[in-house]
Amino acid sequence: MKLEKFTYDNQLTKLFMFATVFWGTIGMLVGLTAAFELIFPALNAGIPWLTFSHIRPLHTNAVIFAFVGNGIFTAVYYSTPRLVKNPMYSQLLGKIHFWGWQLIIVSAALTLPFGLTQSKEYAELIWPIDIAVVIVWVVFGINFLMTLIKRRMKHLYVAIWFYIATWVTIAVLYIVNNLQLPTSFLHSYSVYAGVQDALVQWWYGHNAVAFFLTTPYLGIMYYFVPKAANRPIYSYRLSIIHFWSLIFIYIWAGPHHLLYSALPDWVQALGVVFSIMLIAPSWGGMLNGLLTLRGAWDRVREDPVLKMFVVGITAYGMATFEGPMLALKSVNAMSHFTDWTIGHVHVGTLGWNGMLTFGMIYWLAPKLFKTKLYSRALANTHFWIATLGILFFAVPLYFAGFTQSLMWKQFTEAGYLAYPNFLETVTEIMPMYYLRAFGGSLYFAGMILFVINIWKTAVAGTFVRYEEDQAPALEKLRPENVEKLKWGWHRKIEGNAVKFTIFALVAILIGGIVEMVPMFMVKSNVPTIAAVKPYTPLELQGRDIYVSEGCYLCHSQMIRPFRSEVARYGEYTKAGETVYDYPTQYGSKRTGPDLAREGVTSLPNYKPDSWHYNHLIDPQKMNAESIMPPFPWLAVNDLDIASTPAKIRAMMTLGVPYPKGYDTLAVRDLKKQAHEIGDNLRQSGIKVDDNKQIIALIAYLQRLGTDIYKNKK
Amino acid sequence: MSVLIVLVIIGIIVAGSFLAAFIWAVKSGQYDDTYSPAVRILFDDSHPLEIESEKVSDKDIKRKYHLRINQ
Repeated sequence: MKLEKFTYDNQLTKLFMFATVFWGTIGMLVGLTAAFELIFPALNAGIPWLTFSHIRPLHTNAVIFAFVGNGIFTAVYYSTPRLVKNPMYSQLLGKIHFWGWQLIIVSAALTLPFGLTQSKEYAELIWPIDIAVVIVWVVFGINFLMTLIKRRMKHLYVAIWFYIATWVTIAVLYIVNNLQLPTSFLHSYSVYAGVQDALVQWWYGHNAVAFFLTTPYLGIMYYFVPKAANRPIYSYRLSIIHFWSLIFIYIWAGPHHLLYSALPDWVQALGVVFSIMLIAPSWGGMLNGLLTLRGAWDRVREDPVLKMFVVGITAYGMATFEGPMLALKSVNAMSHFTDWTIGHVHVGTLGWNGMLTFGMIYWLAPKLFKTKLYSRALANTHFWIATLGILFFAVPLYFAGFTQSLMWKQFTEAGYLAYPNFLETVTEIMPMYYLRAFGGSLYFAGMILFVINIWKTAVAGTFVRYEEDQAPALEKLRPENVEKLKWGWHRKIEGNAVKFTIFALVAILIGGIVEMVPMFMVKSNVPTIAAVKPYTPLELQGRDIYVSEGCYLCHSQMIRPFRSEVARYGEYTKAGETVYDYPTQYGSKRTGPDLAREGVTSLPNYKPDSWHYNHLIDPQKMNAESIMPPFPWLAVNDLDIASTPAKIRAMMTLGVPYPKGYDTLAVRDLKKQAHEIGDNLRQSGIKVDDNKQIIALIAYLQRLGTDIYKNKK
Repeated sequence: MSVLIVLVIIGIIVAGSFLAAFIWAVKSGQYDDTYSPAVRILFDDSHPLEIESEKVSDKDIKRKYHLRINQ
């Protein structure tokens, strides 16, 4: 058995590691800004792209895909070659992967804050960037899978399995969720509408948490925790059971994001059952990670790396217990749409993803730079303020969630809502928002210490670019056998055929989904409520403004079938009402009230056009305590009327029953309706032109929820 | 709710491919030994490459040391 010598190249690990640190700082800074804007709505200084609803998607996308994403790649590029005894397949593909991913992040930062968004949560990126993501993901996949195929270690360590599941599942999820019909280079409509779109969105959203924030980080846990503790994983057998059961169950749990919505009941039940089952594999993994440290707890007391791992894994355990509990319908009835969800998510991200990333890099940086960590004391300080930061972030939000939900549901003895004014329930929880911003500041301060520590470590040491290793080749790949099998299938499989097969499979998968699904969807989107009609061209344009301004981030459009919600907002939302909503605007959070019946004149909350105008321009003028940011530019910016025919045509392609040739008449109708609203506003003494964005947005708001009320009275 | 059918089919394909991968892993002997893989990762056999001069390019390294950097 001849030993083969080979060399690991640490260049890309280093680049990905620096990118993780850099984008982590940016992403958290954006999040912190958003947290402060909820306290001080005027903090955006009247700048559109600094407004809460514009930077919130930037925050989520940056921390998920830039911070955690680069963290995943750091781990994969470092651990995979060492686990399979084979350098990464191609340095060139690796470079394309690295720079492509950073370019995607930059283009996200240049689009999302400027209102270029699809409004699908954690998938807001516009279609040209979506395509770039798929290409880079495929490049990464080829580089990673080819490394495995040419490996020297027959056994694939459990961490590798987690990486494989990540790659495969994210590819499928991303493509299915992002199927869309472009109307221009920067705009598109989702091919799914209403409740169907909601299901796809949360099928993706939930599994993005599962396969982007969880499985690759479990891979990190299974590699870096044993390495840092210098002891094997507690039970390798458990890790295998953990892996397979986790990935089987996770993919079905998405519907728990839509409990009590217009989604069919049996689908909700399915989501709940699988969510409860998830406790078992999740806790199996959590315990496996923690028990690895048995007998090493004395070192946990001193080593910041192990400390961070312990808090990270504990946070994983808490979040994966809380998640199934939140998926119970009775708990969800209370927690959904409140800040409880935000608290829950941040235990997972700040705790599990953040702490594991910090621990990994504190361990990795000294290795890559062949030196000691610059300051252990600084890292310990980071550990403590980050841990406190998580507590100050999450605990107040739990209280905010309970409080607000109880207030929403409270009736007086006479049978009326105890707090009919939504704003009262917001004002009540403001102290919790202050505390959350304090917690976020602590966590961010820790991040700064982290940057300093890693930077100083890198400067103090010398970068070890190449590391030499040796191992025998896999039996079938040894030279003597390869020679023997020159014309055999082994030989072929190791040659171009594999590359070709992978390319072909990917192409077929993408092509098949892109072709088949939209056709399938278009035919089936038949309205089920006769009174529900397509949006007028002006309303459609207004809806696009609603999407682009990010209104869905604070306002839901889904009234659940509870007495408290029907009393507050009107008739609960039916599936048939949203069949023309491409994509759906159900939303997931009520920082402000639900808007599903905003336009219904017979409801107590109805507001005239002039109120909406004044409120959008300056919410604090209407309600001094409101935390909604002002949107004065809506009355300044002109509506892009020229895009109307293309949008109508796209809607017709998707199956919306506008009369034939309506795209040519749409602009005329749009101008007519805009003039009516403009006149109405001018009668109230408001100086406004018909062609402003605000007119379209008001038209849309006044249409919301009205269809099924038309026949009443 | 035709999207349900689409998602169920995709879900079954994904879960099915996981199942196939699981069967392959068991049959190919991946899990015959559930002890040594956990221990093996703790041994670091690799060592930094000694390079005589500081100014060497990737090409030099490949040529001089006959190393398979990119395979």
